[in-house]
Amino acid sequence: MRNISALIAGLVFGIGLTVAQMTNPAKVIGFLDLFGSWDASLAFVMGGALIVTAIGYRLVTKNNAPVFADRFDIPTSQTVDVRLAAGSVLFGIGWALAGLCPGPAIAAISIGGLPIAVFLVAMFAGSGLYQLLQSKQSASLTQP
Amino acid sequence: MNNFTPLSAAIGGVLIGLSAVLLMKFNGQIAGISGIYSSALFGRRGDKLWRVFFILGLIIGPVIYESVTGIQSEFEITSSWILIVSGGLLVGFGTRMGSGCTSGHGVCGMARLSVRSIFSVVVFIAAGMVTVAVVRAVSGVS
Repeated sequence: MRNISALIAGLVFGIGLTVAQMTNPAKVIGFLDLFGSWDASLAFVMGGALIVTAIGYRLVTKNNAPVFADRFDIPTSQTVDVRLAAGSVLFGIGWALAGLCPGPAIAAISIGGLPIAVFLVAMFAGSGLYQLLQSKQSASLTQP
Repeated sequence: MNNFTPLSAAIGGVLIGLSAVLLMKFNGQIAGISGIYSSALFGRRGDKLWRVFFILGLIIGPVIYESVTGIQSEFEITSSWILIVSGGLLVGFGTRMGSGCTSGHGVCGMARLSVRSIFSVVVFIAAGMVTVAVVRAVSGVS
């Protein structure tokens, strides 16, 4: 059942990105182009999503548990550290270079042709590389 | 301001929020796309399948929307291949290092007023704006 609910959530997410035209890199670059011909649309996407999520989360987490799981899996860390800062900077740069972040990049598979395929391979490789460095680091920490 | 589309943007945003609420209500999970795909690819075994289904929905959703409404989505990318590849690598690496992206931090985290998420969003939007300005200056396109 939780696979079905995940599928439906994914569908709604993909349709939302499409309605908002966020699957178009030019639209995203337009938002980041503050000093050029700025297009504030992305801020409205985020605003609409934030209002619904803020209210919805509050209502939903009043229950003891999710419908198809034992507990709510919500991050608890409050620490702003170098890792978070550096990761956010790198992500921001990459986001601006192509006009794509993970959600829109995946949702645009059916319309984006070769550029999307190339971007996704690079994106998965980037994540894999970080994962690899992480596991190497933790492996060296546990060595005597 | 060119091509400003506040209404469709807000409606799309509401749908994205709805998706995040659904995933929390039924699966108890944050709708952070970078976390979902990387756990689906590199995560622990028994925890992958719902993530694969979410990604499937994310891919099929736009196809269904187009076939029902007949509205063809625009896709315009002007970046060179080298920028597309480096953009992909940086997005993949940076979102894992920073534990989130536009959806995980930008929507789900900010909705919970998470200090980490608010910080991350300010930083990645600022970094993105500076980068676009630099790319414009270097390439001579204004």
